[in-house]
Amino acid sequence: MSTTTSSPRRARDKGPSGWLAAPALVFFLVFAIIPLIGVVALSFTRWDGLGEIQVDGFSSWKTVLTDPVTGNALWVTAKIMFFSFIVQAPISLLLGVFTAGGQKYRAALAVLYFIPLLLSSAAVAIAYKALLDPNFGLGPGLGLPFLAQDWLGNSDLVLFVVVFVIAWQFVPFHTLIYQGGVRQIPASFYEAAQIDGAGRVQQFLHITLPQLKYTIITSSTLMVVGSLAYFDLVFVLTGGGPGYTTRLLPLHMYLTGFKANDMGAASALGVILVVIGLGLALLLQRLGGRNRNASQLEGA
Amino acid sequence: MASTTQLPVPPVTRQTASPRPRTKGPGRFRPNLLGGLGGWVWLAIIILPIYYVVVTSLKNQAGFFTSNPMLPPTEPTLDNYKLVLENDFAMYFFNSLVVTLGSVIPALLISFMAAYAIVRGKSRFLSWTNSLFLLGLAIPLHATIIPIYWMITRAHLYDTLLALILPSIAFAIPISVLILSNFMRDVPNELFESMRLDGCSDWAMMWRLALPMTRPAVVTVGIYNALGVWNGFLFPLILTQSPATRVLPLSLWTFQGEFSVNIPAVLASVVLATLPLLVIYVVARRQLLSGLTAGFSK
Repeated sequence: MSTTTSSPRRARDKGPSGWLAAPALVFFLVFAIIPLIGVVALSFTRWDGLGEIQVDGFSSWKTVLTDPVTGNALWVTAKIMFFSFIVQAPISLLLGVFTAGGQKYRAALAVLYFIPLLLSSAAVAIAYKALLDPNFGLGPGLGLPFLAQDWLGNSDLVLFVVVFVIAWQFVPFHTLIYQGGVRQIPASFYEAAQIDGAGRVQQFLHITLPQLKYTIITSSTLMVVGSLAYFDLVFVLTGGGPGYTTRLLPLHMYLTGFKANDMGAASALGVILVVIGLGLALLLQRLGGRNRNASQLEGA
Repeated sequence: MASTTQLPVPPVTRQTASPRPRTKGPGRFRPNLLGGLGGWVWLAIIILPIYYVVVTSLKNQAGFFTSNPMLPPTEPTLDNYKLVLENDFAMYFFNSLVVTLGSVIPALLISFMAAYAIVRGKSRFLSWTNSLFLLGLAIPLHATIIPIYWMITRAHLYDTLLALILPSIAFAIPISVLILSNFMRDVPNELFESMRLDGCSDWAMMWRLALPMTRPAVVTVGIYNALGVWNGFLFPLILTQSPATRVLPLSLWTFQGEFSVNIPAVLASVVLATLPLLVIYVVARRQLLSGLTAGFSK
């Protein structure tokens, strides 16, 4: 299976057999790559999820591309992606730097910060549904009238509620990434800066931020591409409503396929989702300045 | 965490040696009041919802409607927990356990073997395999649920736990292989060569050298995937139907549908579903968190 390179040092060692990678490859081909081809194929069919699949040309694509709900779903997805990033990135960065500090109280706070990492999206959404209730939730509990709103029923507010709940759930994970990143910055950098009389803000801007460049790229990529997967949280929290205000693309795909029983159109939406995901990943890689694989190989 | 699947390629630390503990950091030389304030504000944001859930789950229905939502119950009760436990909680818990262990352990095993082959091997087949896995990181794999649903129904696996396990294994592979192979590259080549000279097979080197040397990465990958599968919602929603195959996250959702008027009971189910992970967190917090960062941060 393996072909040896011309390097004389390696000539003896042919390396392990490619068969070791076969089980993983088979699983991945069957349950990821074939479905990926399948979603393209199914987008040219008509299927209700139970009966026979019928080839149907471009009619599903016509349905999807002329349906204003698709455009709306794309717009909602873009808005949630944008606001999630704007909210989560700075908070995670600051909290990561904060929790990486040596102080005891910060370590204690960090223990509590990371609890949302353990919760399922379903649990978070159900908890927030109760918490945001205008009569029996947080607002009346704290005696703050402005918190006692119909958060999930008000179409002007609901998007921001969704962004907030997403941030509540995912900021801890990104904080953890940043904390790890900050801990890898050599202490000598800060010691040298202190001798030079640099203040806290200057140290943050001139040491911490530049040193975290690749951590920022990782975290941002995970945030942006990950926002294409906020399905379960929004599904349980709002179901896409009120109206279509929080019906983002993955949710629209699910509802089209499994509630409206139009698997052809849902597959077309799936293809759109794949294309957007791929496009974003490539774009972020470009913005990162160099090939991410290379950056990994070159290491810390 | 969303899911194990649509993660793009994170740069992973090459350091397998223990990271230098940093005793001095920004803000060590005088108290950072603003930072401290922000830290406490964020604590409130994190803790208030959790506090509300726990307190409410201990109230009876009448107490829920009459008392202040943020105050502890005057007559705390465990009736809600009893109700949840009587509604097949143990079975859902067991299902979640089977699905999580049934996907994470095989996924770890085959990903580890693949990572070993990719790092140590030189064939074109292996580099092609690696590129395919990397592609899997850039694609939101959940977009493929409809073909997966079709395959599972055709294979007569619909509404079985295996229907959840098989795609979960596949979706865990890309990130697992990436993190494991990044760590494996740091194992000095000389160690492999000396073992080779002693006549060791690849199989022996994999378990006796590569595995011990990449343990932090194995822990990271295991924890990350276990959290994703344990908390997964989409596969159970689409690929199972009956109560007998229900897993915990889905049970929360159906419970909420059945007992929508009994908010304290619904929140008790949220607490109960989270409790196992919370216990693990309390016991093994350090390993859990350092395990997660070991793989993800640079």
